[in-house]
Amino acid sequence: MKQQFPRLLVLVFGAFLLFQFFMPHEKSEWLYEYLLDWIIIIGIFALAIGIWSLIRVHVDKIKNKKIGWQYSYVTLAGLVGFIVFGFTIRNGAEWGWYFPFVLSVVGMFLMIIQAMASRAKVAMFAGLAGVFALTALLIGIFDKAFSFHFATSEGLQAYMFVHSFDFILIPIFATMFSLLAFFIASAAYRAFRARSIMATLLLLSAIIVMLRFNPYLEPVFGSYISQTSSWLMNVPNLAAQRAIVMGVGLGIVATGLKVILGIERKYMG
Amino acid sequence: MNIFDKMMSLDRRWVFLFLIVVCVIAYIVPFEVPIIVEPEVRSIFNFIDTLPKGAIMFIPLDYDPGSMAELHPMTWAIVEQCWRKELKVLMTALSQNGPGMADQALRDIADSMLVEKTYNGVTYPPREIINGIDYCFLGYKPYPSMVMLAMGQNFRLPFPLDYYGVPLDSLPMMQGVNNFDDIAGAVNISGTNSTDYWISYAQGRFNFPLAIGVTGVSTAQYYPYLGSGQIFGIMGGMLGAAEYEELADNPGNAKDSMRIQLAAHLVIIGFVIIGNVGYFMNRRQKKRMQREGR
Repeated sequence: MKQQFPRLLVLVFGAFLLFQFFMPHEKSEWLYEYLLDWIIIIGIFALAIGIWSLIRVHVDKIKNKKIGWQYSYVTLAGLVGFIVFGFTIRNGAEWGWYFPFVLSVVGMFLMIIQAMASRAKVAMFAGLAGVFALTALLIGIFDKAFSFHFATSEGLQAYMFVHSFDFILIPIFATMFSLLAFFIASAAYRAFRARSIMATLLLLSAIIVMLRFNPYLEPVFGSYISQTSSWLMNVPNLAAQRAIVMGVGLGIVATGLKVILGIERKYMG
Repeated sequence: MNIFDKMMSLDRRWVFLFLIVVCVIAYIVPFEVPIIVEPEVRSIFNFIDTLPKGAIMFIPLDYDPGSMAELHPMTWAIVEQCWRKELKVLMTALSQNGPGMADQALRDIADSMLVEKTYNGVTYPPREIINGIDYCFLGYKPYPSMVMLAMGQNFRLPFPLDYYGVPLDSLPMMQGVNNFDDIAGAVNISGTNSTDYWISYAQGRFNFPLAIGVTGVSTAQYYPYLGSGQIFGIMGGMLGAAEYEELADNPGNAKDSMRIQLAAHLVIIGFVIIGNVGYFMNRRQKKRMQREGR
């Protein structure tokens, strides 16, 4: 029963969504919209599971002192910090006790994590978590410099939320991505060797595509490089990509049918 | 180890050092790189340029800060073009960090609209951009494909409120705007695989004009959709963004960065040539030694 009921659900809903595409009836549309709402709601629950999974992974790292376990505290503090920034908003020009409040919440969370990860002194960390929680609660109740917005989107425009994104997250991501340029340069130097005819073709294609926007070569080669580059993108590349897309598409259809008919069951774990 | 062996196996730190030095010099020394505009970029510009005032352009932004250097200039050039032409902009962000990117872009571009500017010989007076009248930002919801299908029914299904918590029905711009039938066209600017979903689930099912702006590395994989007519234009990476800035007569970060990209590409090509010269000379030397029986 534990196996058959989920398979029955997959069969019914999978088949319905498959045939619904061809049924423009009002009731079928209504049911389709209702199911779409469901899927989005289930997706939001998946986010909660994702956060729980992140916490579990990092608690495990701290507990077993795995390589780089210290950075897990930074990750978890960042997680809680961003959540606090997103749900709180400054009421006037004064910050009041806002930052002690944020530190108390982060401290409480880290003490809970420490209590979960520790084999000894659990009571001490739990007690400290309680002290931080009480501090955060008192500041939250008595400080009128900031307020909480759990049901509205005001927090998304909060100073700390927006500025943390603009001035912390964006530079971090941009830096990580910029490093790719160096690795690509090094990888291209090592990998692009004309060892065979195919490798030579790949090498020449790469060079032509890289040179296509070099306007200083136009007096020497005319529009030859630009035209060759366009041809490479629009003919050989298009042919190969189209074959891949069609292959993947057929594969998706086959897998979808296997899931609906209960032949493919790996998704149940 | 002879000179050819050395040419083949340079320490990668030399590659890094040379690349950074060349990039820094290209960044410091100002010179302009003339831009050659490709037809697939021109078609996007022409599409937006010929839309009537008040038409709605749908611009889903699905990228994270990592792709910002390549994709943010596209967003900037297109949204500014739309607003200068008095078009309305509808936006979503279906990648996790996308809402922050979109919010930042909207704030910055709205600020730039407060200044009088001349593009392609036409002077546009300063204008205040108002949320709900000139644009509507719907925000983020998980499961992009499902959100797209729901938007195809009605934007209010996945987004009853906009990103700022305002009900869509109370926004003047959204009066009578229900689904993809009510938009003039869409340009998906994406650093993720959500572009596949926009093509398959949204354009494929609801059949509206769609163009894409993607990172340089993923450009090649979307050419089949251009050939089949499922998309009417592609902007690929920073080059695509620079081409768009050139067309819009709105030089920004992409056009400015082209000299650095050009220099970096020349360095990469230079190292590839060094490696191959070393490889061939080494092979020739080994063959000669074999022939001579050494």
